[in-house]
Amino acid sequence: MNEMSTKWIGARTIRPDGADKVTGRAQYSADYNMPGMVWGKILRSPHAHAAIRSIDTSKAEALPGVKAVVTAKDMVSFPVDKAVALGIQDMRWMARNMLAHEKALFHGHPIAAVAAINEQVAAEACKLIVVDYEVLPHAIEIEDAIKPDAPILHDFMKHEGKPSNIAGTMVLKAGDIENGFAEADVVVERTFTTRPVHQGYIEPHACTVSYAADGRVTIWSSSQGQFMVRAMTSLLTGIPQSNIRAIPAEIGGGFGAKTIVYLEPVAVLLSKKSGRPVKIVMSRDDVQRATGPAPGSLMTVKIGAKKDGTLVAAKGDFYLQAGCLPGSPLRGPVGCSFAAYAIPNVLSTGYDVVSNRSKVAAYRAPGAPHGAFAAETVLDEIAEKLGLDPLEMRIRNSVKPGDKAIYGAVFGDVTFTETVDAIRKHPHYKAPLDKNPRPGVKRGRGVASGFWYNAGGESSVQVNITEDGNVVVTTGHPDVGGSRASIANVVAELIGIEHGRVNVIIGDTQTIGFSNLTGGSRVTFASAMVATASCEKVIGQLKDRAAKIWKIDADAVKWEDGMALPAGDNAGKFPPLSLKELAAKANEMGGPIGTQVQLNTTGADPGFATHCVDVEVDVDLGIIRVLRYTAAQDVGRALHPSYVEGQIQGGVVQGIGWALSEEYLYDKNGKVDNATFLDYRMPVCSDVPMIEALVIEIPNSKHPQGVRGVGEAPIVPPLAAIANAVYDALGKRFFALPMSPPKVTERLDAAD
Amino acid sequence: MAKIHVSTTINGEPLEYLCDASASMLDILRGPLGLTGTKEGCGTGDCGACSVTVDGRLMCSCLMLAVEAEGKQIGTIEGMAQGGELHPLQQKFLEMAALQCGICTPGVLISARSLLEKNPDPTEEEVRFGLAGNLCRCTGYDKIVRAVMETAAEMREAAR
Repeated sequence: MNEMSTKWIGARTIRPDGADKVTGRAQYSADYNMPGMVWGKILRSPHAHAAIRSIDTSKAEALPGVKAVVTAKDMVSFPVDKAVALGIQDMRWMARNMLAHEKALFHGHPIAAVAAINEQVAAEACKLIVVDYEVLPHAIEIEDAIKPDAPILHDFMKHEGKPSNIAGTMVLKAGDIENGFAEADVVVERTFTTRPVHQGYIEPHACTVSYAADGRVTIWSSSQGQFMVRAMTSLLTGIPQSNIRAIPAEIGGGFGAKTIVYLEPVAVLLSKKSGRPVKIVMSRDDVQRATGPAPGSLMTVKIGAKKDGTLVAAKGDFYLQAGCLPGSPLRGPVGCSFAAYAIPNVLSTGYDVVSNRSKVAAYRAPGAPHGAFAAETVLDEIAEKLGLDPLEMRIRNSVKPGDKAIYGAVFGDVTFTETVDAIRKHPHYKAPLDKNPRPGVKRGRGVASGFWYNAGGESSVQVNITEDGNVVVTTGHPDVGGSRASIANVVAELIGIEHGRVNVIIGDTQTIGFSNLTGGSRVTFASAMVATASCEKVIGQLKDRAAKIWKIDADAVKWEDGMALPAGDNAGKFPPLSLKELAAKANEMGGPIGTQVQLNTTGADPGFATHCVDVEVDVDLGIIRVLRYTAAQDVGRALHPSYVEGQIQGGVVQGIGWALSEEYLYDKNGKVDNATFLDYRMPVCSDVPMIEALVIEIPNSKHPQGVRGVGEAPIVPPLAAIANAVYDALGKRFFALPMSPPKVTERLDAAD
Repeated sequence: MAKIHVSTTINGEPLEYLCDASASMLDILRGPLGLTGTKEGCGTGDCGACSVTVDGRLMCSCLMLAVEAEGKQIGTIEGMAQGGELHPLQQKFLEMAALQCGICTPGVLISARSLLEKNPDPTEEEVRFGLAGNLCRCTGYDKIVRAVMETAAEMREAAR
């Protein structure tokens, strides 16, 4: 790590995009309009599973006010036998998710889209589209989808040579699993289930697009990557990327689910056909039925340990519910569940199971919370059986630098034990807990840890010195939670000027170089890295200019506190030249000052987190409340501590919802039965306590500021930590989520 | 069907509009009036992103018909700052990073202002229940609750 002063890095500055957001001026995706704009609406399947024999759009097209109707036939065709990868997505499946092709695969699956003069006419037109369906039996739950006689969603899909809903598997192994268990003194094996949960962003998907007469396209939409929007739109419409300008609107939450698109290519097709700009806005009902969610899971985890707590073997079978098309995040549970521990014998297998619900989308550390729920609950049981402190057992088994992870990487820095130790030494862990505070109420405490890979990847940035000597930074990454604030801190620090003189904006696809998705806990890591490289180049330019003015060698100039100075007495005596002075002379001394840096960044070491939680259970009503929560995580370096804490606090509360109240419910026809925020129960303000974030800063040696990704690890431990706390309170373990009141009372009434 | 004429006052400014009988207040604010600071998260009164005040009372504008604004005083996020000066809650939200994506922020601010008007010295629990109608998925609420309590303390101090 560079030795540097830290006037701005680590300061709690006001974010560059803040004032617009507290005054309602910030423009999110539904806030854009165009002259002559018409409204798009999606016709959705009323069946969970049906073959589409025909679609007749003629009546809809004839309705006055209707400007265009499109179906899958209007999209570029992606045959099922040829993979077309875009990042981790496959366009075969993206195309079929966006508009049903051969079959309607879930209740709410888009069938056709209409553009009309207003929303009412568009809705009326949707009713006039005649779809001839052959209704088929459906399967929603994993257990139903993998039964021998399950309805098969895709004829082309085979597992072990037979038609199957298992789209694929992923296996990671180390050592010899059977020998491993033979060496163990204690073995615990448990089977777990979790329900699908939605990412729950408050902003529904929306877009406004314009296909102009010359074939140039402009898209205003919010996403976790304007370049992803451009690429998917290009692939699905056949329009070259150079003709698609995707402008990132402010994003009202994504949490992974806005790393894919649902609307933009469809809107472009409608705009092309109608010759009018088109706006489509999803309702909350659409969002809950037909976007995201994260998969449900069915998991069996078996762990073996020696008497002293040394882990010797771990086996996991993780079935994830992909939704109607392949693409479960298998690498989450398969790779992360045991990754923090040095276990010599591991066999970790994931199964990607398709079923008749909306295709899964990424959700914060995709798949890792599922696996950690299983693995960290089993570890808790092993620690209890051996009479060991659960934190002590984790420290004893931590991976070490140089260990090979089962997912292939070799660990560099490992800061897992620091997170465990932070909880062990925290007053929360030592505080007395009255386990029977009043009749009918039990309290308990639990701990769990979590692991996430983190990521680097492509990032572009421009740093430009304005003519009046201030700084404008343009990055290519949508800002979901304060990345502009973090980059402003870095640039103010490196250029050596007041924070208020730096502005950070997000470029669109045609104004900044390619930048990969905001996801994987990568953006602050990657964009700080390219911003640093860019600042170094700009400082080089500034020193060159000063050298020219002073007529000395550029090496004899240093840059300090926003000024060029002679590097030493030998360089000569000159009064300092400030950024403003150099900017004023820019044109006469060689032209504008600024650079673009584009890198495929590497060196993102994994994230580790350890959490401690106290819960209170009302044993009559089955209500579980979280009383106190402490979350420790190594963040490498907190460029802006408030937004680092915010990531941890937000991730924890999403985890609390996952553990206690959130789930998808389906009726017997396979229709989502709780597609509102009233019935899909996310935590509200009165459900949760303050979340204490223990921000540990052990600089990542591979990053100029020491940054380690933050956003995802915080959602990994809460599910197990809460389940372990509930066990401490009740003496009964929960192997199924959510631990909602009806399920808690049912479990308490059970005979075991 | 003929549109209905409505005369109302929004953020202190008298204005008129024509609307369908079925239009929600939110539709009219965001559509013809161009006041897109008020957000739609659900359309069913469950998320609070569309919070406004009607004669000083907190409302989800998605649950209110636009015709009901006749003769009323409507307050939206666009009217919260006075001229160029932010309301103390807006300023504190910035200082304490009480927003991440910001989509819920207008509704949370309108709701918090209503809460402090009724109860200038709320406990943490009162803040939490006062804001329970405003979903935020990013922050975990911690910094929102702290910012509201801190603002309340400063406003009480300023009023002494």
